[in-house]
Amino acid sequence: MEIINYISIIAVPLVILMIILYGVIEKKKVFDIFIEGTKEGIETTIKILPTLIGLFLAIGALRSSGIIEGIGKILSPILAILKFPMEILPLALLRPISGSASIATATDIMKTYGVDSQIGIIASVIMGATETTLYTIAVYTGVVKIKKIRFVLYAALIADIVGITTAIVVCRMLSIKSC
Amino acid sequence: MLNIIWPIFIIISYIYAIFIGKIDKVNVEIFNSVNEAVSLSISLLGAMCLWCGIMKIAQNTSLITRFTKMLNPIMNWLFPSLKENKKAKEQIAMNMTANILGIGNASTPLGLKAMETLQRDNIDKEKLSDSMAMLIVLNTASLQIIPTTIIAIRVSLESENPTSIIVPVWIATVCAAIAGILSVKVFIAKENAKYNDKRRR
Repeated sequence: MEIINYISIIAVPLVILMIILYGVIEKKKVFDIFIEGTKEGIETTIKILPTLIGLFLAIGALRSSGIIEGIGKILSPILAILKFPMEILPLALLRPISGSASIATATDIMKTYGVDSQIGIIASVIMGATETTLYTIAVYTGVVKIKKIRFVLYAALIADIVGITTAIVVCRMLSIKSC
Repeated sequence: MLNIIWPIFIIISYIYAIFIGKIDKVNVEIFNSVNEAVSLSISLLGAMCLWCGIMKIAQNTSLITRFTKMLNPIMNWLFPSLKENKKAKEQIAMNMTANILGIGNASTPLGLKAMETLQRDNIDKEKLSDSMAMLIVLNTASLQIIPTTIIAIRVSLESENPTSIIVPVWIATVCAAIAGILSVKVFIAKENAKYNDKRRR
């Protein structure tokens, strides 16, 4: 358990160090390049802000109206059998459809239940381990104008389901609540 | 897609809230929510910039070409029909490298270029080839080493240990990717078997 935690902690500095060292060795203007990248970071953040506002509004309405609890009550017998955490359901449903929507939903979940709570961790891992499947398929097939996508949707959704399930199982097994 | 989901969310919330008498709560919450979105973006800005800056450096070094070479054996197994098509293979390897390093804005253009290259050799121009299918499914699996965006969000929410999720993310990603790759292989084998059956008759 501690080893896993340690790897998690040193992964980030290691990657940053390696990349900067590489840049320095290859005599690149690392600072200028870094600043250039930073500008892109600002652009991306500003680009997702409108979506974030829109979705926070919708999710805020959903949550405060009590409808999620209502649906949860109806679905709870099924979810209980699967041991699926109800709190994660909106994220699991939105994740394949929209990147910014799932970022907003995951953030909302982390805020409501705590970033370092088990639910918060599961939401984080799901976000890190999966992609916006439907969007990716649409863009990749769109560029070559192909409509016959064969089994691609099923294969990608199988991967998503496995990813989400593994995320839940691993988080429960490690029970990293606030390590 | 969101043009349908978004109004549905809001409309059913309002109707449900009126129904069970929670409308005052919804009124307060929607304004809180939009404010939260703005303050989140501001606190997200720093970490996002950090990662974009670091990844920009990676993009400018030979790290990418090195990684691409390392991927070669895996590439041959994933894309058996691409042995001769060096250009497509190179583009796919670059796309995968960008994915692994988490350079999102570089990986998509590279992947799309690879799709176009593959389409040139595609026999049925209206149907995805085996290699195209594999490329898409690989891109729907999130293969990055450092899940930068989610770490940035965790930092902005003042997590005590924002990077604690990395190893669990690796485990989940690898499982998802293996499931995706195996599914593609199995589906291709199935289709081939069907095709051969038809020809024999």
